[in-house]
Amino acid sequence: MSAYRPPPLLTLVHACAALLAAGSLAVTLYDGLEERRVALAFGVLVTVGELTRRNGAQIREPAPLGAAAALSYALLGEAGGQATHHGPAQVVAVVLAASLLGSVPHIARGQGPTADHLARRVLTVGFVAVCFQPPYNRGMFDDWGGPAYALLLLALLSLTALCDAVLGAALAHTRTGWPFGPVLRDELRAVCGIGSAVIATGAVMALAVAVVGLWALPVFSVPLLLAQLSFRRYAAVRATYRQTIASLARATEVAGYTPCGHARRVAAVSQAVGRDLGLTEPELTVLEYAALMHDIGQLSLVDPVPAGATAALPAAEQRRIALLGGAVVRQTGVDEAVAVVVERQADPYAEQPLAARIVRAVNAYEEKSREGGPGGPLTALEELRLATAGTYAPEVVESLARVLARSSLTLPVAG
Amino acid sequence: MEAVPARARVYIACVAMAALLCLLPPPGVRTPWWAVALLAALYAGCERVARSRFAGISHPAGTFYPVLLAGAFLLPAPAAALVAVPGALLSQAGQRPVALRRIWRAAQLVLGVWAAARVHRLLGGPDAVVAGDVPYALGPAGAAVLAFCLVLALLDGGILALAERVPVRRAWRGLVARSLAPIAVHGLAGLMMAVLWRSPYGPVAALLVLLPMCVSWWAFAQYHRERAAHQATIRALVQAVDIKDGYTRGHSERVGHASMMIARELGMADERVEVLRFAGILHDVGKLGMPTRLLRKDGPLTPEERRVIELHPEYGHEMVRGIGFLGEARAAVLHHHERLDGSGYPYGLVGRQIPESARVVAVADAFDAMTSTRSYSRARPVAVALAELERCAGSQFDPVMVAALVEAVGRTGWHPAVTADDEEARPPRVPPPGAPLPSRPGAHR
Repeated sequence: MSAYRPPPLLTLVHACAALLAAGSLAVTLYDGLEERRVALAFGVLVTVGELTRRNGAQIREPAPLGAAAALSYALLGEAGGQATHHGPAQVVAVVLAASLLGSVPHIARGQGPTADHLARRVLTVGFVAVCFQPPYNRGMFDDWGGPAYALLLLALLSLTALCDAVLGAALAHTRTGWPFGPVLRDELRAVCGIGSAVIATGAVMALAVAVVGLWALPVFSVPLLLAQLSFRRYAAVRATYRQTIASLARATEVAGYTPCGHARRVAAVSQAVGRDLGLTEPELTVLEYAALMHDIGQLSLVDPVPAGATAALPAAEQRRIALLGGAVVRQTGVDEAVAVVVERQADPYAEQPLAARIVRAVNAYEEKSREGGPGGPLTALEELRLATAGTYAPEVVESLARVLARSSLTLPVAG
Repeated sequence: MEAVPARARVYIACVAMAALLCLLPPPGVRTPWWAVALLAALYAGCERVARSRFAGISHPAGTFYPVLLAGAFLLPAPAAALVAVPGALLSQAGQRPVALRRIWRAAQLVLGVWAAARVHRLLGGPDAVVAGDVPYALGPAGAAVLAFCLVLALLDGGILALAERVPVRRAWRGLVARSLAPIAVHGLAGLMMAVLWRSPYGPVAALLVLLPMCVSWWAFAQYHRERAAHQATIRALVQAVDIKDGYTRGHSERVGHASMMIARELGMADERVEVLRFAGILHDVGKLGMPTRLLRKDGPLTPEERRVIELHPEYGHEMVRGIGFLGEARAAVLHHHERLDGSGYPYGLVGRQIPESARVVAVADAFDAMTSTRSYSRARPVAVALAELERCAGSQFDPVMVAALVEAVGRTGWHPAVTADDEEARPPRVPPPGAPLPSRPGAHR
């Protein structure tokens, strides 16, 4: 196998960020720091924000405080009534140094900052600083009224957030191969959530420091820290919920109705296919839960299906098990949509919702490839393609083929 | 809710009169009407959005106070108090009697905000706010928040004592301590709003302060909703066991309740009590994996069938072992059929080898089995069941747990909350008419 080569866009973004960072550092080292106290205070805040960072798939903006502090430093024109004179280069240099310093414990623990995170931070902060500092230092905003000035900061930050979302989506797209549109949609949704709090705090901090001086920094961080805490608890309870569903969905495996790990594998592949077909985050959650619980109807059977292979049963029997499963899921009080997917999983694909089509095809693939031995996956895919007449949705099968060809997802052997 | 007692009505009327007096502007003070109108509209809007968006759940953090407190820091006391009125009067009260609740809410907030504004003014807060002198402005603002909190707690305690007949001391205990921290954060946000409002950047900048608060508030509400959904799911999954197992309707919930009583009696920390409640609720979850035919069999089981049934603790443990937050409840699921003398299953552990959580659940399980009607025996009275437990203490059950249960039941009685079972524990609806369903849960015998 050849060595891994990053896609060109990724290289480009990283190179731009590195160039900007190096240039800013060089300029700052040459010119020296303006207003050291202000630079130090913001640097400390960014560092603290980085220190409270928590990585996780559920968390969109891992370090909201760090982001807000960096943005507000880029937008700072006055501190306590005194005009400041720092330029864009100093902003980028201070933010970069503070971010790196704050990441030291994370790197020590082996969960260092991904290069993407740092690159995005440097590029967005650089963008804001370049847009704001030179015109400000030249006195272009002097005759603007107070409220208009506040709105200007807000507009600038919102624009930046949009650009950042596009950049983030592009990076995720090149890294994972997921389609660009849905990824961008998810990024923009995050802008409306914690992103809006970051924007507002960034703008407000810059204004408040201008009015009351550096004391504003700790005081104005409190609401954002609170928001961060709330989001984390929300993410934690969602993770617990998922754990519970995954564990209890294993009831069929424990009882010997289905092979071990079947539900988990179907859920993983279904998610990949769902992403490939452009489902949104909430839809993906429904899909995952439904895939985990798709076999739960078998619990109500008197005699287990041989090896739990429902795909080989007559259609009427499959539908009956699906309906039983839907009834059980409905009872568990999980989202209604999950129950619908589970009970429609055996219908002809023309009548199914997309999530149910995915579960059906992936379940059949998993069962067939397991039976097929070493060459199983390929034979299974071929069988799905040939069986398309009314059973498996062609677009889902093609997406499954794409996902498998991308093959970060080779199915682990059961057991 | 039953009728509001007359004395509570009188109390509310008195508070409302006092609030009206607070709203009268003293002569010679000019009220900044546009600021009052803006803040009042803002507050009413926030309340409205919050209640409609999260309809059905009462928000755990209470009302949205930053706007009110900003008003207290910015305006003269009567004007600041006026800000609360439209929002409180227009808010959705939820329970009946609606009008009375709205009047009560408005009067309470008017008095609280009025007191906060007075305290703030007395300590020279407004000047500090105008000057943007932040470390100094924190002092008066803190005092004002404390006054606000105290007035609200005092009034709340009064209504609890009069309307719900809660003893006065218990009504007040913890009211201040519980609400002080969230209100302090709201006060901080209010102070920031006030400072920015008075700055050259004006109300626009002040509004931006609310955004992070709103986002955090939203996330907090989501957190509570998801948590409630999670707990409901666990309960409902367990009810699936109850349905499979026919005769044990509501058994899991009741065992959870009894485990909780024992844990409380032993003086365990609240989180551990909660975990033990889950242990009780989930102890039979392994029966989900048992053949339905076996669980519903009338008459004695053959030794072979018995051996299959005795696998259920291990099945259950296999299911729940991946759920991190259950903690020691997982051990309870595995070991709740162990006996102190080592004759239990699955491992035949002896005495202290059995985890404490399992010893608690074992007692709770046996107690509920004896006090509820089963296909093979009628329910026994609580006293008889307790005597039986005491007889077996030492050989089968841990005497400490038995004593705790006896003590707890003796003090509060045995009233397990069997709310959800009757409505929700029906067999699942399986739609297709005419489809033969040989093993539909709940359909046969």
